Amino acid sequence: MTHVIEVKNLTKRYRETLAVDDVSFTIEKDTIYGLLGRNGAGKTTVMSILTAQNFATSGEVRVFDANPYENAKVLSRMCFVRESQKYPDDALPRHAFAAAKLFFPHWDDAFAARLIEEFQLPTKRRIKKLSRGQLSAVGVIIGLSSRAEITFFDEPYLGLDAVARQIFYDRLLEDYTEHPRTVILSSHLIDEVSNLIERVLVIDRGRIVMDEATDAVRDRAANIVGDASAVDAFVAGRQIIHRESLGNVASVTVLGALTLAERERLASAGLDVAPVSLQQLIVRTTQHTAEQGAALDEGAMR
Amino acid sequence: MIEEGRALFLQIAESVEDSIIDGSLHDEGQAPSTNELAAFYRINPATAAKGVAMLVEKNVLYKRRGIGMFVAPGARELLLTERRAAFADRFVDPLLAEARKLGLGPDDLALLIRERMTAPAPTPEGSTR
Repeated sequence: MTHVIEVKNLTKRYRETLAVDDVSFTIEKDTIYGLLGRNGAGKTTVMSILTAQNFATSGEVRVFDANPYENAKVLSRMCFVRESQKYPDDALPRHAFAAAKLFFPHWDDAFAARLIEEFQLPTKRRIKKLSRGQLSAVGVIIGLSSRAEITFFDEPYLGLDAVARQIFYDRLLEDYTEHPRTVILSSHLIDEVSNLIERVLVIDRGRIVMDEATDAVRDRAANIVGDASAVDAFVAGRQIIHRESLGNVASVTVLGALTLAERERLASAGLDVAPVSLQQLIVRTTQHTAEQGAALDEGAMR
Repeated sequence: MIEEGRALFLQIAESVEDSIIDGSLHDEGQAPSTNELAAFYRINPATAAKGVAMLVEKNVLYKRRGIGMFVAPGARELLLTERRAAFADRFVDPLLAEARKLGLGPDDLALLIRERMTAPAPTPEGSTR
C-alpha cells in the first residue's frame, strides 16, 4: 500500500503543555480513517500541522512525499474542514463555495448544489447569521464537493441533527465509492462512524494508542458477565481493562479475541459473553491508559 | 442488522451466504456487487470487498470479468454442509447449557422439539387465525 502522509516523531509543545508527544504514523491512500480521542487529546493539533496551519515543535511531516509548508502544490490537494472555521463577516455561503471552487481542482458544482438542497442550507443568509448546524453544513458541503485527495473533517457534525448526519455519512460513502480518496474523520460519535471507517487511529494525551484496521478491533475485547468467582477464575491472567460488579455478579472487559474452546468453557461455566462496541473499547482503553499513567505518576512521586 | 463484536466482513459474507442457502440467490445467479453491499449496509466499501473476496476464495462466488459476481455452481451444497457441521456448536450447545440450568433432561428436550415442530408456525404478528 502506498501512503500519502508520513509522520515521524512529531511533537508539539504549547509552553508547558505537551499537545502531541513524539507521534509517528502513516496514512494510506484512498482509505477512510477515524481519528478518535477525547477532547484535548491532540486531534485538531495533529490535523492542523498536517495541513500546514500550525507548526511542529519537532519531528517530520511529509504529505505526498513533500513538505506541506507553503507548498501550494501539496495544499491544493488537501481540504481541512475545521470545526470552528472562520469566514469574513459579510460572506454568504455561496461566496465560501466560490472560493473553494477556485482553490480545489476537483470541485464538483453539481454535487455541491445537491448537498445544499439536501441540507436545506439557506444560501442567501450571511454565514455569520447561520445556526450552528447550518454552519457545519457549509463545512461538510465544502469538504465533500472539493473531492480533495486528502480530506480532514474535524468533528463536522456539531449542531447537525440525526437526519443531516445520516445524509453526511451516506453521501460520504457514496461519493468515496465513486471517487476513492483519503478521508480523515475526527469524531466523538464513534458508534455512528464505526462502520464507515476502515482504519482507526486513537490519540490519547498526545500519543497514538491504537492504529489498526477497524475490523480487527471489532472482536478485540469481550465482556464476561456472571458469578463473580467464576468470572474471576476465567479472566485470571488475561488483560483486564474494566471491571464492575453488582452483588455477586461481575462484568469484566478483557482484551483478546476468544477462541471457540474458550467460548465453550464460558458457556459450561454459565458465564455470558457480551460484545464490546468500538466506542466502549475506546472509552475503556483511554480510561485504562489514564489510570495506568496516573499510577506511574504516583509511583514517580514516591 | 449488523451486530457488535464480530468482524463486519464476516457478517457481510454471511448475509450473502444466507441468501444462497434460502434460495433467493441461485446457482449462476448474479450476486450483489461490493458497492451495492456497501450502500445497503452503510459500510466502508473496502470492508464489503473483503467479505466478497472471502466468498470467492471459498468458491461460493466467482467473478465474470466486466460483468460482476456470480454464485458458483454447487455453492449451496457447500454452504449447507458447512452450516450443518456448525449447527451443533452454534445452536445445540447453548440450548443444552440453558436446559441444564433449568433441569431439563434429553427426554424433556426431545418432547419439546417434537411438539414445536408439529405445531403450526407462529404468525408474524402473533395474531390468531
